[in-house]
Amino acid sequence: MNIHLKNGRLIDPVSGKQDSLDMLIVDGMIEKIGRVSATTQLKVIDLAGKVIAPGFLDMHVHLREPGFEYKETIETGLLAAASGGFTALCCMPNTNPTLDEAPIVRHVLERAKSVQNGIVDLYPIAAITRNREGKELSPMMELAHCGVVGFSDDGAPVESAEVMRRAMEYASMLKKPIIQHAEDPSLTKGGVMNEGFVSTSLGMQPIPPVAEVVMVARDLILAEYTGAQYHVAHISTAGAVELLRGAKKKNQDVSAEAAPHHFSLTEESVRSFDTNTKMNPPLRTRQDVEAVKEGLRDGTIEVIATDHAPHSYDDKQVEFMYAPFGIVGLETALGLAIRELLESKVLSLYQLVEKFSTNPRRILHLPPINIAEGEAANLTLFDPDLEWVVDCSQFKSKSRNTPFGTWKLKGKALGIINNGHLYSEGGFGMS
Amino acid sequence: MPLENRHLLGLDGVPRRDIQLILDTAKSFREVLERPIKKVPTLQGKTIVNLFFESSTRTRTSFELAERRLSADVVNFSAEASSVRKGETLKDTARNIEMMKIDMVVIRHAAAGAAHFLSKVIGANVINAGDGSHEHPTQALLDMYTIREKLGKIEGLKICILGDISHSRVALSNIFGLLTMGAQVSVCGPKTLIPREIEKLGVEVYYDTDRAIKSADVLNVLRIQLERQDRSFFPSIREYRQYFAVTKERLMKAGREIIIMHPGPINRDVELSSDIADGEQSVILQQVLNGVAVRMAVLYLLGTGG
Repeated sequence: MNIHLKNGRLIDPVSGKQDSLDMLIVDGMIEKIGRVSATTQLKVIDLAGKVIAPGFLDMHVHLREPGFEYKETIETGLLAAASGGFTALCCMPNTNPTLDEAPIVRHVLERAKSVQNGIVDLYPIAAITRNREGKELSPMMELAHCGVVGFSDDGAPVESAEVMRRAMEYASMLKKPIIQHAEDPSLTKGGVMNEGFVSTSLGMQPIPPVAEVVMVARDLILAEYTGAQYHVAHISTAGAVELLRGAKKKNQDVSAEAAPHHFSLTEESVRSFDTNTKMNPPLRTRQDVEAVKEGLRDGTIEVIATDHAPHSYDDKQVEFMYAPFGIVGLETALGLAIRELLESKVLSLYQLVEKFSTNPRRILHLPPINIAEGEAANLTLFDPDLEWVVDCSQFKSKSRNTPFGTWKLKGKALGIINNGHLYSEGGFGMS
Repeated sequence: MPLENRHLLGLDGVPRRDIQLILDTAKSFREVLERPIKKVPTLQGKTIVNLFFESSTRTRTSFELAERRLSADVVNFSAEASSVRKGETLKDTARNIEMMKIDMVVIRHAAAGAAHFLSKVIGANVINAGDGSHEHPTQALLDMYTIREKLGKIEGLKICILGDISHSRVALSNIFGLLTMGAQVSVCGPKTLIPREIEKLGVEVYYDTDRAIKSADVLNVLRIQLERQDRSFFPSIREYRQYFAVTKERLMKAGREIIIMHPGPINRDVELSSDIADGEQSVILQQVLNGVAVRMAVLYLLGTGG
């Protein structure tokens, strides 16, 4: 596979470079950067006005396999990632069986290698506790040795402070982050949406925003005490962003990710009773959305991750109260980020690439992607100006549960290059 | 002059003209109920399903009577005796029933938004008979009818809703409807049973029952749901009775006549003392009677397009 990327705009936060240039990729390796003379043996991709970035990584994805293959499989999930412009993703452990034993992790890794010649790298996140029950620690060291990059009980937050303390101590010995779906479950029993004026008007069982804030507060104190690296998954409240900002000022090793729906939608959307507006953490208020954006702007929130949570059509075609939480996100993330964050100057294109690529890799201790001659090509190619309308029937994901159907987005992935392969849908109009 | 919407899912957003029309129409049906033969042929040939996923003898009986007095064919479907237990979804249940050529569906369901959901997946007219803690529009309509019957108007009156506001569909529908009709609405109860930011709906909030009563023309007393006690929304029934129950003593303090309403069933001597429930100021039984007339009006207006 020899590719000539022509007139691309390189945005590389690792080297700090931002240039217009050509790139020659031979057998998956970057052979030349700069002027490339045309030969007939090359696929030429004209990237005038388009961006070449280090490969994107989505550190919060639910692949559903094993156990819930009717919602998503490793194959469809990785294809959705490729389509959305991600060359890597982290899968969450809430499968059945749970990712809490080495053989299950190995199995998942093996399956990923066969999808499109292994073009998307899979970095599993394993459970903190066995079966995500919050009681006994999973075999964390063994899991780390077989390739797990972090630990999380995800939707079943670790409620016991003592178990969390031990998990943090153990994980810090392994130099792996503890990733918390921050929610105090005792405050959210039966809740289906954010607590406030809208939940009151709809008579919906509420999820108070303080359930997130309380858990982040506790965890930050425990993380400081144990010296653990702590990462807040899908941060959604102004209060939690503020706490994180404070912890960062004290140089604590903490980080957070924001999901596109938490900076694109407010709780007002729930008035439609559309079950695709039901997610956990729930859609919050306008103030919270602004706080998340401000956190992204000032660097308190370093990562954009989707919390891609596929559910089948029938799973969601039920009463709001009974519908499962979550929406798909891999194929709309970039378009939403550019529409909501770039347009309003919350982030520059350079910062956007950091939050999709450089920062999550650093937080997960993955090697940085070096875009230089002699290095393997791990690239995301995207058009930041392309306007397009979401049509979920075109999704590569097996599920279509999105509140963004028919939304007009700006910015779209054109393709990815990784592990010696190219994936692209439009074919680039290659010559 | 038909209603704006072909379903009655709630009173949120229903225009004043429509509420007025329903109440006026109910008045003529109320007269029908006084006749020796209490039946009119209005909905002859129409089939109505009462789809009750929660048991509610009172509301279901009232709807069924209203339907039969309009000469509709009535089918009762209750969750206990149905395929719901076998894991069928609401959507499948509804679509199956609809294939049997049903014109209208009256639904009672534990989930907020269930009636909205149903209206999107089937073609029949949908009437919400209570969806979780969201709305119960016909209850609010019969409450308003009763207030108007007793006091001659709604506009400008001060109505206080007391009790468990958080888990009440009656409270929300009353608030939406009464505010649209120009009443002043307040709510009163322990803070743990009043949902956050409710004042943004345009209601006043009281935690002091005496003060709440003092400023009201009508008290709508809600049932305390004893089964919720496991999540300690308040310390004890004894304490609730002491500070939040409507009693003769409290009413005496107000020093003027106040109308007493309750959507039933009453926990006697918990939220409402027996002497008040059965006293002269109580219109609780009229509410029940008016309920049939109001439901006839709603069924008629939706079923015939007015």
